[in-house]
Amino acid sequence: MKIAEIVSIANGKVICGEEQLNTDLTHAFSSDLLSDVLTINRTGILLITGVANLQTIRTAEMAEVSCILLVRNKRANQEMIDLARDNSLVIIESPISMFSASGRLYQHGIQPLY
Amino acid sequence: MKDMKFEYPLEGGDFIKAGYASSSLKKILNQLNLDPDLVRRIAVATYEAEVNVVAHAFRGIMKVLVSPERILIRVEDEGPGIPDIGKAMQEGYSTASDRVREMGFGAGMGLSNIKKNTDKLEIHSELNKGTVLEMTTLIKG
Ligand SMILES: Nc1ncnc2c1ncn2[C@@H]1O[C@H](COP(=O)(O)OP(=O)(O)OP(=O)(O)O)[C@@H](O)[C@H]1O
Ligand SMILES: [Mg+2]
Repeated sequence: MKIAEIVSIANGKVICGEEQLNTDLTHAFSSDLLSDVLTINRTGILLITGVANLQTIRTAEMAEVSCILLVRNKRANQEMIDLARDNSLVIIESPISMFSASGRLYQHGIQPLY
Repeated sequence: MKDMKFEYPLEGGDFIKAGYASSSLKKILNQLNLDPDLVRRIAVATYEAEVNVVAHAFRGIMKVLVSPERILIRVEDEGPGIPDIGKAMQEGYSTASDRVREMGFGAGMGLSNIKKNTDKLEIHSELNKGTVLEMTTLIKG
């Protein structure tokens, strides 16, 4: 699914990485535990999370996550945006819950990791 | 390829800088034509070790030796030390503070994740002095 479609399904807003809206993603992982995200075994995924701090971006950088969907109105601050840009990461902010975002995207064919 | 050495200082409690060392190292490794999966495994392992120093210790240093056959990384810190390394290695065991947990860490998975992502992990720790992690990753030609 194109990142642009993920944005629309999640009623989201693209914060950075606009140039990658045409990238296709197939898998997602939902977690508020960065420790958990660091154990995933696939790169280029969508991370759905309610944890919004600089280490969310660092974790995505190390684990090679492609796109972060911040749910429930969590906001990316300027440091997060700068670091995400450095790493060609897409950040989307969305008002809906993690459960809702996961459910909707699953219904539209995004696959789980486990 | 000649041996290359890198060192990065680490600061306890600093969750702004946390990850900077691992990120810098990852950028260097990415330029060395290494297997991308190997680079990712090293990045995850060093980041886990770096966050452990930030979360659990006072200060430390990450020392990296890149040679043609292996990448050796030592993370040394001054800190409380680990009283029971066997217990600390168990998934789910964590003494992380509330502040660390709010950041999204403290699941007690870091050390076992380092083990999974490296070919060899050795931990030495002295109570009230500090901890040394030595991780080895083999480069298969
Ligand atoms: N450098 C260190 N200095 C002192 N104690 C440490 C250090 N690294 C780990 N520990 C101890 O070992 C425990 C387990 O570490 P581990 O990295 O597996 O989990 P965590 O850091 O608590 O959580 P996570 O890594 O999942 O975010 C820690 O909670 C802490 O008690
Ligand atoms: Mg840890």
